[in-house]
Amino acid sequence: MHPFSFHAAATEQEAIAEAAAGGRYIAGGTTLVDLMREEVERPRRLIDINRLPLRDVHVQDDGLVIGALARMSDVARDPATAQVQPLIVDALVEGASPQIRNMASIGGNLLQRVRCSYFRTLDAPCNKRTPGSGCSAIGGANSGHALFGTSVHCVATHPSDLAVALVALDAVILTRGPGGARRFPVEALYRMPGETPHLEHTLEPGEMIVEIRVPHGSYARRARYLKVRDRASYEFAVVSVAVAMDIDGGIVRDVRLAAGGVGTMPWRLRGSEAVLTGRQSGRAAWRDAAERAIDGAQPLVGNHFKVELLRRTVVRALEMVGGAA
Amino acid sequence: MIDPSIGLPLPRVDGRAKVTGAAQYAAEFNQPNQVYAVVVNSTVGLGRIAAIDAAAATGMPGVVAILSHLNAPRLPYHEHRAFVDPAIGERLHVLQDDQVRFFGHPVAVVIAETLDQAEHAAAAMRISYAAETPVVRLDAPGAVMIVPDAARKPSGRTIADGVRGDPDAAFAQATHQIDATYDIAREHHNPMEPHATVALWDGDHLTLWSKSQFVVNEAIEIAAVFGVPAEQVLVICPFIGGAFGAALRTWSHVTLAALAARHVGRPVKLVLSRRQMFYAVGHRPRTVQRVALAAAPDGRLAAIIHEGTAETSRYEQYIDALTTASAFLYACPNVRTTYRLVPLDSSTPTFMRGPGEASGIVALECAMDELAVALAMDPIELRLRNEPTVNEQNGLPFSSRSMRACYALGAARFGWERRDPRPRSMHDGRLLIGWGMAAATYPSSRAPANARARILADGTAEVETAASDMGPGTYTSMTQVAADALELAPADVRIRIGRSDFPPTPPHGGSMTMASVGSAVQAACLAARALAGGTNYRDIIARRGGEPIVAAASSARGDEQRRFSMNAFGAVFAEVAVDPDLCTVRVRRAVGAYGAGRIINPRLARSQCTGGMVGGIGMALMEQTVVDTRDGRPVNASMADYLVPVNLDVGSLDALFVDEDDPYVNPLGAKGIGEIAIVGMAPAIANAVFHATGQRVRDFPIRIEALLST
Repeated sequence: MHPFSFHAAATEQEAIAEAAAGGRYIAGGTTLVDLMREEVERPRRLIDINRLPLRDVHVQDDGLVIGALARMSDVARDPATAQVQPLIVDALVEGASPQIRNMASIGGNLLQRVRCSYFRTLDAPCNKRTPGSGCSAIGGANSGHALFGTSVHCVATHPSDLAVALVALDAVILTRGPGGARRFPVEALYRMPGETPHLEHTLEPGEMIVEIRVPHGSYARRARYLKVRDRASYEFAVVSVAVAMDIDGGIVRDVRLAAGGVGTMPWRLRGSEAVLTGRQSGRAAWRDAAERAIDGAQPLVGNHFKVELLRRTVVRALEMVGGAA
Repeated sequence: MIDPSIGLPLPRVDGRAKVTGAAQYAAEFNQPNQVYAVVVNSTVGLGRIAAIDAAAATGMPGVVAILSHLNAPRLPYHEHRAFVDPAIGERLHVLQDDQVRFFGHPVAVVIAETLDQAEHAAAAMRISYAAETPVVRLDAPGAVMIVPDAARKPSGRTIADGVRGDPDAAFAQATHQIDATYDIAREHHNPMEPHATVALWDGDHLTLWSKSQFVVNEAIEIAAVFGVPAEQVLVICPFIGGAFGAALRTWSHVTLAALAARHVGRPVKLVLSRRQMFYAVGHRPRTVQRVALAAAPDGRLAAIIHEGTAETSRYEQYIDALTTASAFLYACPNVRTTYRLVPLDSSTPTFMRGPGEASGIVALECAMDELAVALAMDPIELRLRNEPTVNEQNGLPFSSRSMRACYALGAARFGWERRDPRPRSMHDGRLLIGWGMAAATYPSSRAPANARARILADGTAEVETAASDMGPGTYTSMTQVAADALELAPADVRIRIGRSDFPPTPPHGGSMTMASVGSAVQAACLAARALAGGTNYRDIIARRGGEPIVAAASSARGDEQRRFSMNAFGAVFAEVAVDPDLCTVRVRRAVGAYGAGRIINPRLARSQCTGGMVGGIGMALMEQTVVDTRDGRPVNASMADYLVPVNLDVGSLDALFVDEDDPYVNPLGAKGIGEIAIVGMAPAIANAVFHATGQRVRDFPIRIEALLST
């Protein structure tokens, strides 16, 4: 591990000042500490933000409010969340393991680094870790890699389940930092690799995620997160799909769809949403939405199967929410 | 009179020590003034070290020394080859030259005051290579198949070319034929406890607290490497956090720990990281196997052809009994088994639970299932029609063979008679349900072992033997054996194991600990009791002036191996649920019925067998070391990426034992169950997947991808 100093911030102002001066925030540490031990991450100074009062989870008139330091398990067992946004609970309990969920914060979950094996070892070329060194995955083992949003520089899949649900639900992030407070969609937190795969998010130096807000929607209560993988727990998604749908009188009034395991960021399926909106619910609509979902997929040598799996997973997730008739 | 304890489900005598942390594992034997060693591994898969720049690392805080081939002493590496070492080739020498033989080859070791400092300095080592392109897949261009030299004899556990009758002619003439090829991925053992060694030199005497399933051999091997008398090396390993065969051989990291300790003149602790567990501590070799079966319409086998190919390293020929069971598991006049190796630029494979049979019987038993389908015959009925009366490979009678009873007991418990034989015929809602079964066997052997019993003045006894306990419950089962032989209560017996200066024992593997060590423990205890001349030990010893009664004894094979074919047998039944669209497979339940001789402790035996069945789930559905074809890198070298079953993947498992009295195998009549526990599970699952889906997947593990694309 690279030597580092550690400071527990007592106040948000103090934390932001420290981070603006080059410190890195640490909350649960479930990603950062692993990567520090491999020296993939080499922060010189860690700012522990666990003492900041950002763990509250509550429902207000315009939506669900989740403090950035709430633990995954806090939110997963919160009855109010389960009632207004069951998709979020679904996505959380499908993620990681109980031990990790007890430690990992919501803000940290959104910023977790990719699982690409080549990124996580210093001795393999990786443009994300060492810009310009090359991508080992494109010509190597890439069955777990992305179909969408890739570039010739990086094909790593974004690993968060929660982020897929939040992107589907049009959740918004509140941040505070040296430049003041900001508010933007969770989807806008992420950057596709393009020419700069080492830049994964749009936060400014020192900017801290303080809160997630999830707007109420007529679709929210009929929602499922379907995660497909080779073992039943403690594995990242091979493919996952988040669906929230408002069906009235057999007609899809409003729908939110996003996919995980297939994109370099949480992958909103707006084309599929457009196919579904206003349609008669049922298998024909689900199949059309699934066909639209795989449009533009760019499979690699090892992950062709994910195209078909995504198609089937979209159909199944829609059936689970909207019925199989 | 004390009731016998053999056969009772005693809880583990070391259970409390394990769950409270009192049990000490190798890495926990910290020594005063200890420093930490971290291995630096090659980042190319073949070639030579061109240059080592240790300048940055050397100057880092806490760094005590850095060893590479440039400054390490030349070690004697005297000839020494144990049963666990390949018969052909030479063990990996470390830091002796600039050669890189495989990805992750140890090329340097960094020693520092703390683990963090050592890891940090290891990451700062700059090593450049003259790299060549390695051959890392047995089906790659440039991979060459060879006949394993140690298997050329027509007898023995592994036979390169075995034939009886005229299998090719019989195959060609038969009415029903199956000819299929099965490919099983490379697997790594991945026990919870990593390999670890604490090395301490005192003059020319070396003490190693080291994870080992074979402490006696580890002492001899390290003595040979360093050119010191074997009695000057002491290996201590009282507890093992799982091993599955990965700690049978003494690997190069033990040498590196001892070398580092001698170089810096301080005790050294060396623990491999999880990633390093994928480099050079053995693996189950990938195998590609062709099985061709032919049968008459009544199901009787006319021909069995089993051609197995396994990967090995360039520097050693690891062999196991991949195709051996196909020559005797069924009655058949025409059989050919072949066994070939493909040397690759990889480290040497090694024994992994059920070595040989676990992979070979996947191929044989999946092919038998395919044949049953072709014959439209129940798979148990097909097997019953081919049940042999003797071992047709060598003509010997079986010491006992409870195969029929295993089929009957397992089928009854599983509810096999309710199976609809048609594929895709059974459902639970949307899910496809499949029921599959397979036979299993593993040889019951033993090797010379020794033990010493000591009856103390307080009337209790202690028994010393060099054996190991990697998890099956050796401490407990030996307690039962000793207690019965001494006519003591189990609470009055203490078993001490895991030291190389205790009476020597064979490796803790091959399902032979109870047969070998148990027989020696029993003999030593009976000898001590005979010396005492009674069982009222307190009075007897008081009359001797308080002097303990000590007796040592050995056990060895008799002539039973020449008179009998000795094997455990079993039948395994599995139910899977397959999502027909998403292609996920879950094992809902499984039943294993075993004929394994006398069961010393049914609680431990059940645990050992269900544990093996979990390993079989991994083999069937998950485990696979992904190798980068460009350089041999094990890509998924972490527990997040190398999948083994988690609790949610394990449905209801049941292990049953048929009553079996085998007076021939060994004095205890125990056949050993560690290996057969995993054998048969993977093919039972694969056959269940076929029954559920109608898709025959012959590449293992069977993952979503395979079912989507077949």
